[in-house]
Amino acid sequence: MPQIMNYDPADKTATPVDRALRSPGILLTAFAVIGVLTAALLVVLWLAFADTIKPVLASQFGFSVVLMVVLVGLILLSTAVCILAERKIAGFIQDRKGPNRAGFWGVLQPAADGLKFFLKEDIIPAQVDRPLYLLAPCISFGLALIGFAIIPWAGEIHWPWMAEGQTVTTQVASLDIGILYILAVGSLGVYGIVLAGYASNNKYSFYGGVRATAQMLSYEVPLGLGLLVVLLVVGSLRPEVIVNQQAESGVWNVFLHPIACLLVIISAFAENNRAPFDLPEAEQELVGGYHTEYSSMKFAMFFLGEYAHMVTNSALIVTMFFGGWHIWFLPNVDNTAWWAALLKFGVFSGKVGLFVGLYMWVRWTLPRFRFDQLMRLAWKSLVPIGMTLVVVAGILVALGWQRNWFASIGVNIVLLAVGLWLASRSRQPITGRQISLADIEVRPLQPV
Amino acid sequence: MRDEDIIVLQEPALTAAERLYLPQIIDGMRVTLRHMFSVTARNRRVTQYPEQKNPQWIENYRGVHRLNRDPEGRVACVACFMCSSACPVDCIHIEAGEAPWPDREKYPVKFDIDELRCIYCGMCEEACPCDAIELTPHYELVSQSRAEMIFDKEKLLQVYEETKETKRRKNPAVTGYGLTGDQSKDVARPAAEPKI
Repeated sequence: MPQIMNYDPADKTATPVDRALRSPGILLTAFAVIGVLTAALLVVLWLAFADTIKPVLASQFGFSVVLMVVLVGLILLSTAVCILAERKIAGFIQDRKGPNRAGFWGVLQPAADGLKFFLKEDIIPAQVDRPLYLLAPCISFGLALIGFAIIPWAGEIHWPWMAEGQTVTTQVASLDIGILYILAVGSLGVYGIVLAGYASNNKYSFYGGVRATAQMLSYEVPLGLGLLVVLLVVGSLRPEVIVNQQAESGVWNVFLHPIACLLVIISAFAENNRAPFDLPEAEQELVGGYHTEYSSMKFAMFFLGEYAHMVTNSALIVTMFFGGWHIWFLPNVDNTAWWAALLKFGVFSGKVGLFVGLYMWVRWTLPRFRFDQLMRLAWKSLVPIGMTLVVVAGILVALGWQRNWFASIGVNIVLLAVGLWLASRSRQPITGRQISLADIEVRPLQPV
Repeated sequence: MRDEDIIVLQEPALTAAERLYLPQIIDGMRVTLRHMFSVTARNRRVTQYPEQKNPQWIENYRGVHRLNRDPEGRVACVACFMCSSACPVDCIHIEAGEAPWPDREKYPVKFDIDELRCIYCGMCEEACPCDAIELTPHYELVSQSRAEMIFDKEKLLQVYEETKETKRRKNPAVTGYGLTGDQSKDVARPAAEPKI
């Protein structure tokens, strides 16, 4: 009969500082105090320097700079929150709690992780290709941060002190080629991984790097094709035009082309080396994959770059398919007050947060794809679907029906049915061995 | 293995909906969502260590070693080197010496166990003919250097002092040793002459 040892249940192992950091009251008070102080500081700055700040905010360039600074801060903050959110969500899905020691509910866990990464010994192996080795994490992290430049966070703002009819747009850069810029930056992101794998002087890292490169290049194609469908429907590459069209008509692009949305979501997962496509960094396969030889802060940059890339991809998907900052009962395109912009920003951030949660939810649900299954999925499933979708969307545009909901949905349903019928007729499996476990007949062994 | 023993499975092909994979994925995600939001399941399974600890089978748990004392308070080990020979990783080092007590030939002058090298298999406990070495249920072993984790005779006897209430010395009634302190009462040779 198992007995319980007579350990003292009182928490004698925590120091007073530990207990203070873990109590919700003290932490919440600290956060509230910090928030109030920041708000007070901003108000004081505004009151003191209003006359210098106003023209800066009225000019697009000045506003972009301010927005850029705010965004970089917010993205780094959200990357840190992602660390905690990932582990908590993983824990909850697996019927356990995530980290809850570093502050109540683990809110100080990102701080603890950051401190750990800074204080770790920075090891650079002797035979690595030093410039490329040191450059790779910078590329990976930097490019993930750049991708936010063209995302329309809150539509247009008309400050009260601006001339009549003038607005500033809440994008860091309002480019004519908006979506092309994101595709280009995303493609450059492959370099980070290629260089990491190549420069590591380690055949397993090299293997991981090569696999990651092949995977990311393969999934660029369906990503581009899916985005192309939306671009055909909208007729412009500018993301603010895409969002404004969805907002004005009230119909999000996901309701027009759900298959294209699915294509883009799957490709975004694969672009990000994110489960179920995370073979290049799988621990069971390749130790650490392309980031085996990286320690402390360089590894942290890969890690954080992956989360930042996740947020960028989520923002892209929300912009293209889910209406950006638009929600039906809240202010729309024509409302350009600053408080409406704040509301829209909140809505956008909420949607991006939901998608980041979707990323994590899928990661802890699905098993990993084998590499040949991965490549077969890209080239034999997603690319044909993408190409057919583009052709069909082109026909719709030629007929002028691209924003007609019935036409679009009907075409999607027809495509789905045709695709399923074709797939069921083929004898070849699409992604490796496929056995339905529904009703296997097993005859028991006859006794000897 | 005969030909009749081979079972041939008729594996049905995937249906059209199954080939899409999406219904299965969504089904799986529904399961994980259910687990994500079920607070009762989470709280039932989580043990907040060190405030809560899981139940432990005290008689059988293989933790840190101890050297037992016999009822007269002398160390029960007779330095026969059985545990040292049985150890798979050679973590026990014994120096034998002439025992200061009349009813025993040898006793361990030095008895060192390297707790870091030990694999906690319990072979020494099984090999000991005198129930002198035992593995206690104590598993929370912390030190600040490798040298601290080489337990000498004093440390092992100290572990005995700390755990003798929680885990009694095993089965002296069966082995017959240590009951009266008379080590010459060899169960296999009951007619042996006691040593002077």
